[in-house]
Amino acid sequence: MTLTLDRRDFLRVTAVAGGGILIGNWIGPRNASATAAAVFEPNVFIRITPDGAITLISKNPEIGQGIKTSLPMLVAEELDVPWQSVTIEQAMADRSKYGSQSAGGSTATPGHYDSMRQTGAAARQVLVAAAAATWGVPASECTTGGGSVHHHSTRRMLGYGALVDKAATMPVPELASVTVKDPKDFKIVGTRVPGVDNAAIVRGKPLFGIDVTVPGMLYAVYHKAPVFGAAVASANLDQVRTLPGVRQAFVLEGGTSLSGLLGGVAILADTWWAANQARKQLQVQWTDHSTGQQSSGGFSRQAKAFAAGTPQRNLRSDGDCAAAIAGAAKVVEAEYSYPFLAHATLEPMNTTARWANGKMEIWAPSQNPQSGGQLVSRTLGIPEGDISIHMTRTGGGFGRRLNNDYMVEAAAIAKQAGGAVKLVWSREDDTQHDFYRPAGFHFLKGAVDAQGKLSAWQNHFVSFGEGQGYVASASLSPTDFPSLFVPNFQLDSSVIPLGVPTGFLRAPGSNALAFVAQSFIDEMAHAANKDPLEFRLDMLAGHGMMRDGERQVIDAGRIRAILEAVRDVSGWAKTRLPAGSGEGVAFHFSHRGYFAEVVRVSVSADKKVTVNEVWAVGDIGRQIVNLSNAENQVQGSVLDGLSEAFGQEITITAGKVDQSNFHDFPLIRMAQVPAKVHVDFIRSDNSPTGLGEPALPPVVPALCNAIFAATGTRVRALPLIKQGFSV
Amino acid sequence: MPFTLKINGANHTVDVPADMPLLWVLRDVLDMKGTKFGCGMAQCGACTVHINGAATRTCVLPVSAAAGASITTIEGLSPDGSHPVQQAWQEIDVPQCGYCQAGQIMSASALLARTPNPTDAQIDEAMNGNICRCATYIRIREAIHVAAGKGVAK
Repeated sequence: MTLTLDRRDFLRVTAVAGGGILIGNWIGPRNASATAAAVFEPNVFIRITPDGAITLISKNPEIGQGIKTSLPMLVAEELDVPWQSVTIEQAMADRSKYGSQSAGGSTATPGHYDSMRQTGAAARQVLVAAAAATWGVPASECTTGGGSVHHHSTRRMLGYGALVDKAATMPVPELASVTVKDPKDFKIVGTRVPGVDNAAIVRGKPLFGIDVTVPGMLYAVYHKAPVFGAAVASANLDQVRTLPGVRQAFVLEGGTSLSGLLGGVAILADTWWAANQARKQLQVQWTDHSTGQQSSGGFSRQAKAFAAGTPQRNLRSDGDCAAAIAGAAKVVEAEYSYPFLAHATLEPMNTTARWANGKMEIWAPSQNPQSGGQLVSRTLGIPEGDISIHMTRTGGGFGRRLNNDYMVEAAAIAKQAGGAVKLVWSREDDTQHDFYRPAGFHFLKGAVDAQGKLSAWQNHFVSFGEGQGYVASASLSPTDFPSLFVPNFQLDSSVIPLGVPTGFLRAPGSNALAFVAQSFIDEMAHAANKDPLEFRLDMLAGHGMMRDGERQVIDAGRIRAILEAVRDVSGWAKTRLPAGSGEGVAFHFSHRGYFAEVVRVSVSADKKVTVNEVWAVGDIGRQIVNLSNAENQVQGSVLDGLSEAFGQEITITAGKVDQSNFHDFPLIRMAQVPAKVHVDFIRSDNSPTGLGEPALPPVVPALCNAIFAATGTRVRALPLIKQGFSV
Repeated sequence: MPFTLKINGANHTVDVPADMPLLWVLRDVLDMKGTKFGCGMAQCGACTVHINGAATRTCVLPVSAAAGASITTIEGLSPDGSHPVQQAWQEIDVPQCGYCQAGQIMSASALLARTPNPTDAQIDEAMNGNICRCATYIRIREAIHVAAGKGVAK
């Protein structure tokens, strides 16, 4: 039977307990005799006070992926408390306490799914033991629910708050030893839980890095060279210092690392607007830099020159492509390319830093705050122990804030100014000093045999790098699809030196490579006169987990399942579409997640593309942590992919970025958004995994394949608006 | 020079340059951080407030042009987050990063004040100036319909 206790009784029970404790949870061995000193131990995620208040500490940066809600959900589930009863608190950046704290690679869910549950379960086990000891009954006779421990046969119960004192004296079990719930008993995990900051967001509360104020702070702009890596030769600082509102202006020399502190001019003023106005009067002579010789047009010419010659390296060679192509029923040759992309987070890069008494205190929207602290320490010669970093809510990440260049700039300006400074980049700074998704070029040759099967796939991939190395996010794995599924497969590579900083953009690598592979597969399907979806299924037929040596690469069975599911839910090939309409399909595996997507478009006579509907089917394992956020992430990823394909392109002229703001680097807008983006999940018997990224890559080729179905025009270069389409 | 601004029903006198955009007066002078900076050229809508009831981009609006007008910011849309649009946003769990949402909510509430039951096409038109980088657009549409169902007091 269930004992009920009303709120007044609960308060009376808890009011008798005195003193507050932290119930700590440790990863690794620990002493059996827990004391109040345990409060200071690492990995503390739960705080219960005698009044019954439960605070869960969220350790990772919140960038819109929902982690501030989902990780505490796992803890609350196993602690067995109602979600409405917990308060979530954002952790400081502190490796010694919380381990790694970062937002990237869709890794937080797979990396924390077990440990966060165990953290909650361990605390629950201690509370049960405390109640059992209080009552003198076996712990096995006690149950939990509603934030209380119950002993049903004697109709006794104690709220967690009332057990605080006792629990504080008891040993906390090792995480690996605790029993977690059977998922069928989940009350929170798997439900729809709104974001924990929603109420503050809709009221306009100051949650974000850009909203931080520190008493006495000045507002700063930092003007860097338009050519990446160039330094300040001279600047009219004396004039700038006389402008309205300006308090200080100085040059920071900076170093040579593109991801560190680069040289520039800092202007500090009473308001950000005054600082940015003063900047318009700033005149800087920049040093010459070799990157000034680089341009997008030059990259394209170099790529074509490579394609005409012998590749620099062979990355993989299975079978005999030349022979297969010579004996093929049909051969297709194609050049694919995609542009550099910026991240364009809506909250521009910013950091507030206070330098006082040899200590640096930082408030930063960062995906990788610990790494930022190390960068600040290294660059400014401040011991890491004298740097503290507050993790603010972050107005979009998408990989941009894995780099902490803006953090070290703010810290350097604060140190030089000798006080508190809030550095905010303009949108133009943000667009022109990003770590860009690298452009790339693929020179492809594919063959189908007389049976209509893909018999050869040959790709000369021209990317950016030097020697054997690629710049960040510019590589291609020799086992990427369709490798391992084609008897004759050859992948070669050549690289162009690049002085433009590159980095990780949501689903890095995949966001470009899926476009190429899944578009060219489509070309091969048409060459074979096969339905594109059935052609893919045929390739996958008979395969299970694909291995490269011992290493598991990709599970063909999971791809088949999502492809069949998206075929069925979208009514693929069974829906009569009006003239000028078409549907396209693609799948991709990245970040441990499998997604297949169908896009339906109509294209007008004057080549205006309208995306009418999208179906996304994903397999991210057996458990979705937060269904509401999961669907939101998938819909956002799908639209983000469309946004990239529609109009986004960063070009380089003489070492500088040509684009500057949303008028020439357009993001998808409401009127371009399809009426429906359907989201379905297949619950396969695999470990739960993250959802920040894997839904994005397939939508780009699915869109382009749909345009081909509608128009007969094959999109081999992005974005669409540079290929004669409008959106 | 001094300007008197009527913001969320209260008068504030600020001594700022006449060409300073209202956005920066709100954020850096009056410490009202709900209105966001995104682009500085009226491209993204993050800085949207109501000026005499009309959704207006404040990043390009000189403070001199706002003096004397009735200004409503996200902080003043309702005293307690009870505006139907704010409620609908939470019901539908719209936000991802949340940075654009103040601007979205201000545009949506201005739309509903003049068009209580908008069609999707009307929503698309009214909301097209507000970028959501996380692309929560589908939930924004849904939430506007939900808010319409609750009725928006004029």
